[in-house]
Amino acid sequence: MREVVIKAAGLFKEYSGFPAVKGIDFEVVKGECFGFLGPNGAGKTTTMNMVQGYSPLSGGSLTVFGMDIGRDPRKIKARIGVVPQENNLDPDLSVIENLRVYARYFDIPRDEALRRAATLLDFVALAEKKDEHVMKLSGGMKRRLMVARALINDPELIVLDEPTTGLDPQARHVLWQKLKGLKKEGRTMVLTTHYMEDATQLCDRLVIMDNGKILDEGSPDELIKRHVRGYVVELTPGEGGPDMVNKCLEGLDYEYEVSGDTMYIFTDDTEPVLSNASCFMADGFVHRKSTLEDVFLRLTGRGLRE
Amino acid sequence: MTDLFTPPKVGRRMFMVWRRNRDAWYKFYKASMVGNVAEPIFFLLAFGLGLSRFISDIDGVPYIEYIAPGLMAASAMNASSFECTFGSFTRMSTQKTYDAIMVTPVNIEEVAAGDILWGATKGLLSAVIILVVLFAAGLVGSVWLIAAPPVFLLEGVMFASMGLIVTAFAPSYDYYAYYFSLVISPMFFFSGIFFPLSTLPGWVRDVAWFTPLAHVVNLSRAFSTGDVPVSLLGDLAWMLVFTAVTSWLAIKFIKRRLVK
Repeated sequence: MREVVIKAAGLFKEYSGFPAVKGIDFEVVKGECFGFLGPNGAGKTTTMNMVQGYSPLSGGSLTVFGMDIGRDPRKIKARIGVVPQENNLDPDLSVIENLRVYARYFDIPRDEALRRAATLLDFVALAEKKDEHVMKLSGGMKRRLMVARALINDPELIVLDEPTTGLDPQARHVLWQKLKGLKKEGRTMVLTTHYMEDATQLCDRLVIMDNGKILDEGSPDELIKRHVRGYVVELTPGEGGPDMVNKCLEGLDYEYEVSGDTMYIFTDDTEPVLSNASCFMADGFVHRKSTLEDVFLRLTGRGLRE
Repeated sequence: MTDLFTPPKVGRRMFMVWRRNRDAWYKFYKASMVGNVAEPIFFLLAFGLGLSRFISDIDGVPYIEYIAPGLMAASAMNASSFECTFGSFTRMSTQKTYDAIMVTPVNIEEVAAGDILWGATKGLLSAVIILVVLFAAGLVGSVWLIAAPPVFLLEGVMFASMGLIVTAFAPSYDYYAYYFSLVISPMFFFSGIFFPLSTLPGWVRDVAWFTPLAHVVNLSRAFSTGDVPVSLLGDLAWMLVFTAVTSWLAIKFIKRRLVK
């Protein structure tokens, strides 16, 4: 049965006249991992802040667990776990105390809190650090503790805002494993990221956002098929430039994009393109499977954002 | 835009915030208390012993005994003010502790109220410790003193709220220099702690009537000496009204700052 956990319709948010989210619609279904991809300033965090009941809406409607976020924020918040973009662990407290004190905000009795804290510290592999001062933890450990803290109320919905930013590859992989484990338990997850790897690894469905709008929505595979075919040939055109390449490939089914001195050829089958390589005399090329990153860059452009 | 006139949504969860602050404080309470208690004691020694050679007594009271009740009030003022300025700013901006709590069932109004209560607790604690010291030294001694702690708690709520209002507008720690130099310090010197306000020109007394600390000093001195006039009800009423307004505004302004 399809149970809708989050439903946003015409969700709108402005900050003193500046529209950050311009009327978006989306639905998150129970048990799925739903991603928000987009460059900085796309409106992802703003959207998360509204889902968490941290920011009031400027317009539209937003229901979580079937309840209106403006009317029942406490009931909703009691069932959500939040991992914000910036770590905000309590630096005055130790690792275990961070969990114990946080549990209090959810009315979890002390004994139950300590029991849950012990289980969670095992889960995020921080059991030995339980009495450590949080300021002494590494970036990866802090992030894992943030995840543990977000789970203290046994949430049905977990909201993660750029969960892997600033982590080294090892820490990222560990975190992915943990998050996949949570998904297996049947928890619904919503995450924002600008790392395609995160989205590919974790998300069942995602939207790509830019300038406060949703550009497209689908599973990673659907989005790749729809926008960048199956494969990409990345090449540096020779003397004749992109025009020459297009001439050589006349009649073939492909799409292309030029950025700087690189030309990207999107196609379902690389073979015909590659067999014409001697014609357009590229200075070098690679061919590979298309990724979400290609979709992302096609939809949001290659220009710098900030 | 936060509506200033609808009642803040504050419930029992504000005590969760209070307890968080207590737990954090408990880790270095010794250092924290030394600061709160040592300062008034040094004031007492310096002014009381040092100046008493030149000022024998005021209104028939030895000078050191004259200033003792006011120093209790001042110590509560300092502790509460400090907690809800530097302390609250650290929790709000530097550590993002407020943000972390706001995504739980505890709302921002309760975070602010919990911080005010905590600031008030620090003020109460500070004043009561000095009260015990003064009592042991025989500088204060009246049964009315049992009425003093509730007044210090109210005073704590008052100054914690004032501090939090400043915090709601503070862009950085430096901003507090204005508040402490232009509001708290002048109050310390012109609220009747060190000399009766009646010795000052009439207009200064009128100004002093509008300052919160002057009323606390009146109450504290009355309870310390046992000379309790009915006019104290006026001081108490003044404090209650002022505290109701400032705590309301503090909660509203903090909400306005954080809810975006």
